[in-house]
Amino acid sequence: MSRDSDLAIRARGLRKVFSGKVAVRNLTLDVPRGEVFGFLGPNGAGKSTSVKMLLGLIFPTGGKAEILGRPVGDVKTRSKVGFLPEHFRFYDWLTAAELLKLHGRLYGMPHAMLRERVPSLLDLVGLTPHRDKHLRDFSKGMLQRIGLAQALLNEPDLIFLDEPTSGLDPFGRRLVRDIIKAQRERGATVLLNSHLLGEVEITCDRVAFIKDGEVVETRQLNTENKEQTTVSIRVNVSLEVVNGLSQWTSAVRYEGERLTLTLSSSALLPEIVRYLVAKGADVYEVTPQRLSLEERFLEIVGSDGGL
Amino acid sequence: MGIWIMAGVTFREAARKKILWMALAAGGAFLILFGTGLHFQAKDFTAHGMSPVLRREISFAMLTMGLYAVDLLAVLMTILTSVDTLSGEIASGTIQAVATKPVPRWQVLAGKWLGFVAMLTAYIAIMVFGVNAVTYVMAGVTARHLVRGFLLMWMESLVLLSVTFAFGTYFSTLTSGVLALGLHGLAFLGGWIEQFGALTQTQRAVNVGVIASVLMPSEALWRRAAFEMQSPLANAMRISPFSTLSVPSMAMVFYAALYLAIALLVAIRRFSQRDL
Repeated sequence: MSRDSDLAIRARGLRKVFSGKVAVRNLTLDVPRGEVFGFLGPNGAGKSTSVKMLLGLIFPTGGKAEILGRPVGDVKTRSKVGFLPEHFRFYDWLTAAELLKLHGRLYGMPHAMLRERVPSLLDLVGLTPHRDKHLRDFSKGMLQRIGLAQALLNEPDLIFLDEPTSGLDPFGRRLVRDIIKAQRERGATVLLNSHLLGEVEITCDRVAFIKDGEVVETRQLNTENKEQTTVSIRVNVSLEVVNGLSQWTSAVRYEGERLTLTLSSSALLPEIVRYLVAKGADVYEVTPQRLSLEERFLEIVGSDGGL
Repeated sequence: MGIWIMAGVTFREAARKKILWMALAAGGAFLILFGTGLHFQAKDFTAHGMSPVLRREISFAMLTMGLYAVDLLAVLMTILTSVDTLSGEIASGTIQAVATKPVPRWQVLAGKWLGFVAMLTAYIAIMVFGVNAVTYVMAGVTARHLVRGFLLMWMESLVLLSVTFAFGTYFSTLTSGVLALGLHGLAFLGGWIEQFGALTQTQRAVNVGVIASVLMPSEALWRRAAFEMQSPLANAMRISPFSTLSVPSMAMVFYAALYLAIALLVAIRRFSQRDL
């Protein structure tokens, strides 16, 4: 097996121009198998176009890409890929169960397998009571749920989720998170397109910031203790005590009763709290604040981003 | 195989369209009206002691008129039911969930096409054989070459279906519909110009009609169908508006088959290469 086939997605200089307008400038990306990867960017950054190019729905103007070690557009590879479009819709006269059966057959799944798989997926997305309801009677959130089930039918190795939580209530969002987690545990690769930062932060291993159709930065997430941490401490202390904190960090701010420290590692935190208590300070609250994705997002995208 | 799954779901989708049921209801009403007319006519003819030959010819003319109405209904049905299937599903994104499945795009399109063919075949068969059944019961007359006529009308519908599909891979629903209907309108007008040209022996007018048939052979297929179905006397005496002062040749029928195949290939090619 070549090294590249360990990659679920490999894109090199993908470019898409729609009648003179550049939608994706230069998408170069490696996503190893088994990773949950997030695409973050403002509206119109080219996230959906990028996903559609990787799925073979949109033909790139330039560059090339492979998914699961095969060139994009390879028909056979698609049997190992799942896709939830941004706004899932289908013939509204089908029932939930019929829709899943139809898509299962399009995946080439045998009837016997579908007889097991369809009920378990309906159960997974919480639509078992609605299995015989027609899609025309579905709410937006229910459509999104059945779309999600459809994307998981074939137990795909690679799953593209384009704004999966749009239209979902908090329970639905929780469901999407749990499903992504389960897929990761199964060893599947997930590419999550989202503009919801919190969601990406919770679910993804790595995230790419996309602006003007380009990856501006990729960033590892879920790496606590390795990364800088900002801590906010509500405490009543003298200025000398504050100055004494310089042995751990130079980034100290004290305003009102709030002390804000930036530490090279959160492992230093207990030591600092012990120091403060030993100096007779009353500590009311210690809140670690990882440099939020949102701040970084706004930094990268700029104040005009997404508008 | 993907193509048959697509054909099945498209047939069900097409068969669910209100317009189909409206058209069938309209067709049913038309058959009743047609039958009632024939019934009273037959009674009158007997009362007046009309010669059997003339009675037969008039019944044949009525049959041709009935089939002409069916032909117009079939043309409209073909275009109106199928015009949205590609452009509409591309615009709404419905096609995305299908086009990312392990089914080649040509099979998605060909499957859709077959689904519509099945639906239109059933519709045209019901209407053509229905009209013939009514004239047979009321006046003892059926088309001279019923199967040939049916196949030609069926082929006309398939030509229009393929052209509508080809437009649908390039343009929006509205534009595709206007183009397909417009092209058929051109053929329709060309057909009449050709008839009148032949009547007045104006070769240039006949040529205009032939050119229109080359651009869109749908109407030429109907005229050939009328020629095959109406009475030999009407054809010879030129007493029917569809006779056959200028009958489209078998070469035109072969040309129409080629035209159909090319339109379908254009649709497949474009659908396989376009962004969805």
